[in-house]
Amino acid sequence: MPQIFKKSTNAIARASIIGSGAISVLAIYMIFIGIPRSSYWNQTDLIKTQPVQFSHKHHVGDDGIDCRYCHTSVETSASAGMPPTKTCMNCHSQLWATTTYLEPVRESWKTGIPIKWTRIHDLPDYVYFNHSIHINKGVGCATCHGRIDQMPLVTQVASLQMEWCLQCHRAPEQYLRPRSQVFNMAYTPPANQLELGRKLKKEYHVLGSDVLTSCSTCHR
Amino acid sequence: MSAYEQTIDTTPSLIITEPEKVPTMTPGQTLESISLKISEVVLRAGTPRWWFGALLVSSAFAVGLLFALTVLVFKGIGIWGNNQPVGWAWDITNFVWWIGIGHAGTLISAILLLLKQEWRTSISRFSETMTIFAVVCAGLFPLFHTGRPWVAYWLFPLPNTMGVWPQFRSPLVWDVFAVSTYFTLSVVFWYIGLIPDLSTMRDRAKSLFVKKIYGMVAMGWRGSTRHWSRYETACLLLAGLCTPLVVSVHSVVSMDFAVGIVPGWHTTIFPPYFVAGAVYSGFAMVLTLVIPARKLFHLEDFITMKHIDSMGKVMLTTGLIVAYAYTFEPFFGLVYSGNRYEKFLILNRAFGPYAPFYWTLILCNVITPQFLWWRKIRNNTVVLFMLSIVVNIGMWLERFVIIAISLHRDFLPSSWGYFKPTIFDILTFSGTLGLFMTLMLLFLRGMPSIPMFELKTSLPQVHLAGHPAQGDFEQEVAS
Repeated sequence: MPQIFKKSTNAIARASIIGSGAISVLAIYMIFIGIPRSSYWNQTDLIKTQPVQFSHKHHVGDDGIDCRYCHTSVETSASAGMPPTKTCMNCHSQLWATTTYLEPVRESWKTGIPIKWTRIHDLPDYVYFNHSIHINKGVGCATCHGRIDQMPLVTQVASLQMEWCLQCHRAPEQYLRPRSQVFNMAYTPPANQLELGRKLKKEYHVLGSDVLTSCSTCHR
Repeated sequence: MSAYEQTIDTTPSLIITEPEKVPTMTPGQTLESISLKISEVVLRAGTPRWWFGALLVSSAFAVGLLFALTVLVFKGIGIWGNNQPVGWAWDITNFVWWIGIGHAGTLISAILLLLKQEWRTSISRFSETMTIFAVVCAGLFPLFHTGRPWVAYWLFPLPNTMGVWPQFRSPLVWDVFAVSTYFTLSVVFWYIGLIPDLSTMRDRAKSLFVKKIYGMVAMGWRGSTRHWSRYETACLLLAGLCTPLVVSVHSVVSMDFAVGIVPGWHTTIFPPYFVAGAVYSGFAMVLTLVIPARKLFHLEDFITMKHIDSMGKVMLTTGLIVAYAYTFEPFFGLVYSGNRYEKFLILNRAFGPYAPFYWTLILCNVITPQFLWWRKIRNNTVVLFMLSIVVNIGMWLERFVIIAISLHRDFLPSSWGYFKPTIFDILTFSGTLGLFMTLMLLFLRGMPSIPMFELKTSLPQVHLAGHPAQGDFEQEVAS
């Protein structure tokens, strides 16, 4: 009976055992760990084009404008609030009033049609998120949004994945800061953060992690 | 004389006699005739016309399944008839039914192997294959009942980006582990069992292309003593691993119900009751498939009337266990529990809106199988075939009765309801039957459906020929 396979088939067979094993391990790693946590997948650090190249670095970092000057409803409602064109015009009717760079802003001011900003932080619709509760319980802006005062164009810093939400909801004392420091971009946590966090947690009546990690806290 | 000494009695009180040995094939077979007759089913020149007809019909149903599931993915499970209060209906009924059918394969291949029941050989591959395909069909139902099969990986404890584990306290998660373990082990066991036969197919095939295909899946089996020694160790180990699965898988499935507090579900008899039912329906399905297959593929020499008779006996035994459970369920509900909801459930089952289903179930599963007491009936393939189908229907009804009747009227009369299947329920179920038959037909045409090498070891001449050089014999067996 003649041979059906060449001698090299033995080597191929052995290699395929090791190869398929290695490929499956790699595939499982990539599918469940690698890709979903990559900045490519999460669009973190991705610069998106805006109708006007608004620089937070200039307005917050250099000029020292408070977050709430524009995002007025952050302390009282779910959405932080996007400023109307009028807010821009408070200054820019006088400053840089003729630069072409700000033409879209003046256009919006004249026509009354709001500027269509591109959303950077977009949570899924099945998540109920409220800014005000976080602000009032001592979660700083920079804790989630990063150093906005250093970003010429805002990028997403956190993954916004559920595991990211949960690592704070399971133990908020890691991140809590005094209410007076919430809007302070340059705030650095003290060495005794956990101790302070536990104290603030009690003081601000932050509920236990059993409530914070209950499904219906975020999925209503 | 002390009490201790009295117990020592040298005369044997129990005389153990050799049980009547069931021959695995008709007399006069040789090593060559076994290989020829079994491989001929696959390697013959033409495909019989009935095979194409059967494939056409069954794959048409399978296409119906594809259609129903596609609609489901786009529209959601609202296309099925289940809704509050009957949240589980045909889907879970079908799931349990299919999983149960698979149990015959595991029982035959694992437990009967360890018990050295030689007659199992002829039907082992057949029923193992049936197990795998049945589990495939079963798995579809819970997968699509989630409504979002693309996130089904949430059921596994993977390092997902949600930062949460599956709910390990839920029997539904136990189900995932039980069924996936069962499927994996069944496939591995089945494939390893196939390897020596695949090499026979490789050697007997005429065209080079076919030789290469079988050669690849035979993974270089040459039938050396070392191969056989490792092969036998592997089989024994796998049989050992599969043995607990016969009991555990359906016990876990039954806990989907037993852990819930719904009247009619919340009982401790469920695990053994379900396991017996599973083996019962499994053997019924083996008979349903084997009786026509042995005739159509001319395999009567290897699947003899003795086999058919033995399977009938297993069906009778497990049927009696199931009947026992049916008898005791009303007792627990009406007398023992003293719980008004349990009492109501039993009465509602027997006299409520679904009463015809319940009484048909009793007719199919308790009364009809009593015919199996007669050897004449066990040896009449036509009657036995019909009986096996009746039992299949009965076992499907059993799961429907447990699931739908318990749910449709529970604690709160204001929320009572009535379940009616939709066309999509029907298409999905008939579709899995079609898928199952399609896979079975492809298997029968493409793989040796009876383990040739194992049959050869029970040939009388193999044992009478003294002790030839080990290698010679095994080489002969493998060819």
